Amino acid sequence: MGAINKKGRQTFIFADPPCIISWASIVGPKEGEGPWSDDFDQILPDYLWGEASWEKTESKMLREAAKLALSKQGLQTSDIELMVAGDLLNQITSSNYAAREIAVPFLGLYGACSTMAESLLVAAAMVDGGYCERVLAATSSHHYSAERQYRAPVEQGVQRVPSSQWTATAAGAVILQKGGSGPRLSCATVGKVIDMGQTDAANMGAAMAPAAVDTIKAHFQETGRPHDYYDLVVTGDLAAVGLSVARELFVRVGLVPSPNFSDCGVLLYDGLQDVDSGGSGCGCSACMLTGPFLRKVAGGEMRNILLVSTGALMSPTTTFQKESIPAIAHAVAIENI
Amino acid sequence: MGKNPEELLKTAEQEEYHHLVNRMKPKPPLAQNCMWAFVVGGLICVVGQIIMEYFISLGYSRQDAVSLESTSMIFLGALFTGLGIYDNLGAKAGAGSVVPITGFANAIVAPAMEFKREGYIFGVGAKMFSIAGPTLLFGFTASVLIGLAKLIMLYL
Repeated sequence: MGAINKKGRQTFIFADPPCIISWASIVGPKEGEGPWSDDFDQILPDYLWGEASWEKTESKMLREAAKLALSKQGLQTSDIELMVAGDLLNQITSSNYAAREIAVPFLGLYGACSTMAESLLVAAAMVDGGYCERVLAATSSHHYSAERQYRAPVEQGVQRVPSSQWTATAAGAVILQKGGSGPRLSCATVGKVIDMGQTDAANMGAAMAPAAVDTIKAHFQETGRPHDYYDLVVTGDLAAVGLSVARELFVRVGLVPSPNFSDCGVLLYDGLQDVDSGGSGCGCSACMLTGPFLRKVAGGEMRNILLVSTGALMSPTTTFQKESIPAIAHAVAIENI
Repeated sequence: MGKNPEELLKTAEQEEYHHLVNRMKPKPPLAQNCMWAFVVGGLICVVGQIIMEYFISLGYSRQDAVSLESTSMIFLGALFTGLGIYDNLGAKAGAGSVVPITGFANAIVAPAMEFKREGYIFGVGAKMFSIAGPTLLFGFTASVLIGLAKLIMLYL
C-alpha cells in the first residue's frame, strides 16, 4: 500500500490545499534598488537596522517579516500553532533566535537556499495532515553575515569571478491555514540530493542546476501535469550561469517548462547592480515569492506558479576538504483554485 | 581498478556535465583585469617610491628610508581598509592591490574589523591573522631555510 496523498516517489498532493492567507517580505537596501521595490513590504535603510551585528539583523528581519505577515490579517503570534523556519547561518541561529521571540512551537530546518520551498512544503503537510490549523513558514538571509561565514571578511579586497553570486539580504514569511481566501498550495515535490561533482563554490548555480532539473522533471512526471500548466516555473537561485545550464539540461531530458521559465536570482536584481551571475541565499526566492509572485497570483495576474527553491548543501569545511557540492531543490505549486 | 559499471557511468556523466558547465561559464575579462592590476599596482608602487624619495631627501640613509616607506605603506593600507575603500579597489584591481605590502595590511585589518563583535581575544585576536597567517608562516619558513643555506655556503 502506497501513501494515500502521494504520487510517484516524491510528490505530495494536498487533499484540501492549504490556503496562503498572508505573507510579508523585508529586503535590504540593494534589493530595494532593484526592479521590484514597489512589491516589497519593507526596504531597510541600511544593513544593520539598528542592531549590533549582521547576525542580529538577519534574525530581526525574519522575526519582523513573520510579525508583519500576521499583522496584515490582524493576527497575534499566539494565533499560529507552529513555526517552520531555517536560514544559512551555522546552527540556523537566525531562525532559532527569531523563534525565541515568537515563542510558538518551532521546527528548525536546514536546506540552505531551498528553505523557502522546504518550509512551505512541511507547513502545508502539517496543515493538510490535520496537525495544525495555521502554520508560519519563514526564512531569511543577510549578505554580510553569509559573506563572513562562507567567504572573506567584507573589507578585504578580493576580486569576484563572473560566475559568483550575491547573497540577498532578504526575509520572507508566509502563513498557511486550513481554509480561507488566497492562493493555495496544491502539491509539492520533495527533492533528492544530487551531486554532479562540481567543486567550485564560486559557481553554485552550476552545482544546483541538475538538482533543479531533476525535481522539476519528477514534478511533471508524477503529477501528470502538462509542461505548460504553470504560468511561471521559477527556480530559487541558479542565477544567470545556472539558468543557462539548466535550460540546456532541460533540452537533454526532453522537457521544456513553458510558457515562462526563470530564476529568482536572475530576476531579483537589475543588470547594473554588480552582482555578477545574480542573487542567491534563502532570502532570494523568499522575497521574490512574498514580494511580486504572491501578489500577482492573488491578484489574478498569474493563475499559478511552481516555485523551485534550490540549495547548495556544502560548508566552508567541506570546500576546504575538496569535497564536491551536493545540491537539492524542492518544488511547491501555488495556484488559485 | 575494480570500478563497477554504475560508478563508471556516474564518472562519465559527471565529466560530461563538467564540460557543459565550462562551456556555459562566463570567462573573466582577462585583459581588463590585467590592465586594472597593472595600473593600480603600479600607482601603489609610485606612491611608495615618492614616500621613499621624501625620506631620503630628509637625510635618512637608503636602508632607513626603505623601512620607513614600508611602514608608511602598511599604515596607508590599513587606513584605506578602515575607510572602506581598499576592498572596492581590490574588487577591481585583484592582484594589483593584493601583492603590494598594502594588500598585506588589508588582509590583517579586514578580519580584525570584521571579528571585533566577537570580542578582543577570540574575535580580533584569534581571527586577525586568519588570512595573513599562512603568508607569515611560509614566509618565515622560507627565510629560515635561506638563512641556513647561506650559513652552510659560508662554511663550505
